[in-house]
This record gives sequence, C-alpha cells and structure tokens, in this order.
Amino acid sequence: MDTAIACEGLRKTYSNGVKALDGVSFAVKPGEIFGLLGPNGAGKSTTVRILATLTRPDGGTASVAGGDVIGDPAAVRLRIGYVAQASGVDKWATGRENLALQARLMRVPPAAIADRVRSLLERVALADAADRIVKTYSGGMKRRLDLAMGLCNEPAVLFLDEPTTGLDPETRAALWRDLERLRKERNLAVLLTTHYLEEADRLCDRLAIVDHGKVVAAGTPGELKAQVGAGATLDDVYLAHTGKHIQAAGPSVIGGEAE
Amino acid sequence: MNTFLSDTWHLLLRHVRTTIRIPIWIAITLIQPVIWLTLYGQLFRRVVEIPGFGAGSYIQFLTPGVVVMTALFGSAWSGMGIIEDLTEGVMDRLLATPVSRIAILSARVLHAALTVAVQSIIILLFGLLLGARIPGGVAGCVAILWVSSLLGAGMSALSNGLALVTRREETLIAVINFFGLPLTFLSTAFMASELMPPWIRTLARANPVDWAVNAARDAMLGLHWAEVARAGAMLLAFAVGSVLAATQAFKAYRRAS
Repeated sequence: MDTAIACEGLRKTYSNGVKALDGVSFAVKPGEIFGLLGPNGAGKSTTVRILATLTRPDGGTASVAGGDVIGDPAAVRLRIGYVAQASGVDKWATGRENLALQARLMRVPPAAIADRVRSLLERVALADAADRIVKTYSGGMKRRLDLAMGLCNEPAVLFLDEPTTGLDPETRAALWRDLERLRKERNLAVLLTTHYLEEADRLCDRLAIVDHGKVVAAGTPGELKAQVGAGATLDDVYLAHTGKHIQAAGPSVIGGEAE
Repeated sequence: MNTFLSDTWHLLLRHVRTTIRIPIWIAITLIQPVIWLTLYGQLFRRVVEIPGFGAGSYIQFLTPGVVVMTALFGSAWSGMGIIEDLTEGVMDRLLATPVSRIAILSARVLHAALTVAVQSIIILLFGLLLGARIPGGVAGCVAILWVSSLLGAGMSALSNGLALVTRREETLIAVINFFGLPLTFLSTAFMASELMPPWIRTLARANPVDWAVNAARDAMLGLHWAEVARAGAMLLAFAVGSVLAATQAFKAYRRAS
C-alpha cells in the first residue's frame, strides 16, 4: 500500500443548500502527517467526515487504507481511527471503560482487549487516571484519551479534526510530540485539519490549503513558501492563494463548520 | 447476528453504567412513584365511592396506573440521551466504527425496557405496602412487567426516532409535554372506564397506554387472562412498529449527515 489516502474530485452539497466541497483531490502516503489548512467553513471537516465514512459525497472517489470509502465503508472503518472536534468520549464512563468499549467495537479480539487498553493508557500517560470517570478529567487529559480512542484498533490511517483547538500551548506541543512519535514507530498516516499556521508549519510534512471547498495549493510547507518568495511565511502563502489572511480563530468559532 | 447481539449487549452495559452513576436519577426514580402513589392515592381516595366506579380500594386501582404512567414518562425521555450523544460527538465516534447500526438503537430501547421493569417492581412493592394486593400472583406480576416494559420499549423507540429526526432537545421536550398527560388521562390510569364520557372511552381504545393500564390491572387481580394476553400481543406489535419507525429515522439521519 503506497498511498494511505487518495481522493479525487470530492463534491458535497448539504441538504440545506450549503456547498461544502467543490472538487477536492489530494493523496497522503503512509507515515506522512498531512494537514488541511483553512478557515472555518472551508470544507475541512466535511472532507474528513467523508474519508472517515460518516458522510457520503455527491461525487468523486476516495480510498482510505486500501478500501473504497463509498463502495466498502465497513472495510475502511476497521483500519481507521477518527477523532472528531467534539470529543466523543462517554463522560460517565472511566477512561479504561471508554477504551475497552471502543476496542470491542473496533473488533479487537476480546482476549487482547485488556492488554491493548493498558498499553494505550500508558502511551497517553493516563494510567493513573484510568479508573476515574472522564467527567473529572482536565481538557488536556480528555484530548489524550480522544487520541487513545482513535488508536484502539492500531489503525493505518488516523483522522484528527482540529485536534488542538482550545488546548493550551503546552498540551498542544505534547500532542505534536505524540503524533511525531507514532508516525515514526508505526508508519501511521495522519490527516489533520487545523486553522493554526504554526501547527501546519511545525507538524505537517505536507499540507493542502482549502478554501471554498477546493484545494487551492498543496505541497510541503517549504515548497509552498518558496513558491511565494524568499522569506515568505505560511500566512503570505495563504494570502497569495486566497486573497485573505487566515483568521486568528479562537474558541468562539469552534464547531462552526461541521453541520 | 452475533455482532448485533454482542454490540447491543456492550452498548446496553454502557447505558446501565451511566444510569447507576447519576445518583440524582436513582433518587428521583425511587421517590417519584412513592409521591404519586401517596399523593394521588390520598387526593382521589374517595372516587371509589362514586356509584359505578367498580373498585373497592383506590390504591388497588391506582397502583397499576402509576406503574404504566411511570413506564410512559420514563421511557419518553429516552431520546434525550441520543441527542446528548449527537451533540457530544459520541454518535460520530460510534458511526466511524464497524458497530452494528441497529445495535445503537436496540441497546437504548432495551435499556428503557429494563429501567421500566425495575421501576415497576419498586412501585408494586410500595403499592403492597400501602395496602394494594396482588391476587394475580407471580403470573400477574410477570404480566405487569411484560406490558409495562413493552410500552416503555415502544415509547423509547418513538422518542429516539423523534430525537434523530429533530436533533433538538427543545422539540422533544415540547412533544413529550404535549402528548404525555393526554395519553395518561385518555386511559383508565386514574379513572374507571365506566365513568368516562363515551368519546374518551372510544379514544382510549386506540391508546397503547390504556391497553397497558387495563392489562396490568387485570393481571394484578388475576382476572380476564385472555384480554391480558391480547393486550400483551398488541403492545408487542406497538413496540415492534415503533422500533421499525426509529430504524427508518436513524437511516434518514445517517443519509442527511
């Protein structure tokens, strides 16, 4: 498998008439951290939802981890991890219970679940809090649990929708280190969406700038900057391709895109 | 089939765990029927003296009514849980796994039925304490649990279906407030059928709440077993129909997202 994600001409218009995607194409290799950069409403979340089999596109093709997203979503689901913007963990269950249920639903062999859960808890440094209900977790702990949930089935492809929105800088940096380690250890392909320029610059091997449901530029951060000119920043790149600055988004705009 | 049963079981465990971890919920579950039985039992105590009411003791008459009313209201709120799952991203997380789609609904419906069964037992015990009697014996108790759980299963399926279509807590609250009390009072929960105006008696015949109240009352007294069986079958059909409707609502939800 030399491509982890390949999508071609994805189009989606929601039933309320909002045109979310207008022909999105890109490819991600195994072991690559690929970023979708763009403001809220650009189509990032919709792209991720389609690739994670949650939303059906109106047109285009997509294959993820060797499976056809539209023709055989069940096969794709077994090989992906999906961490949404909204956390998606059960706050009345403990960290361990959340992971055990997720592992079971991800068809991890029942005999292997307890060990898998234990090692995941250690990996995200939640072993001490494993038997507390998630309602008592801090924001950073919850986000680390989200990441572990996405790794329950040892996926080939991990989707992270706005993984660091609302996190403090320290927790954000820790999550970046986790992702870099995972990519190295497991050859995991990561597709993440972000509207943080620093995150796109620091963490992503390659990225695509998305605007109005289209990929307007794609490449490594270095390539994109070189195309615009010497000394250019990603903001300059963004400005050159879209004619506007990426908005400095705070928590107030979280969740404005998915519906 | 195996994954459907296994997924249903593990999701059911999740709901049961959530329920027992919310202490206020347990307190309300225990206290509410006690209040209803004592309050209504006292308030309407003398209606049995109205000629033609046909029952000797109001608490005897009321206990099955409170069992069914609790089943109705408890399970009608079931859809709130699925809306919480939608807003907190739990539903998306589940749908991105290979989990059996029907299991997501069936676990919630089973959880509602199970909760109703436990509440029914508590109400029956408290009714006994206040002077109600169960000449119907064990078979009568089993029949009461059967009809109340089926009513609960059907109502929770409708509630979940509505929740998936509207996706708004406000709508669910409005609908339950609109239908809850009329469904209760268009039944013999509080008033004997002999004393109802004829038009209400006619409407009540189409009301699953009324089927359940009458069957529970007969089963408690150990009377009219054929009618109890017929009501049990009709409530089963009601529950199955509601689950099928909820399944369609779930399909529509997934298509629209």
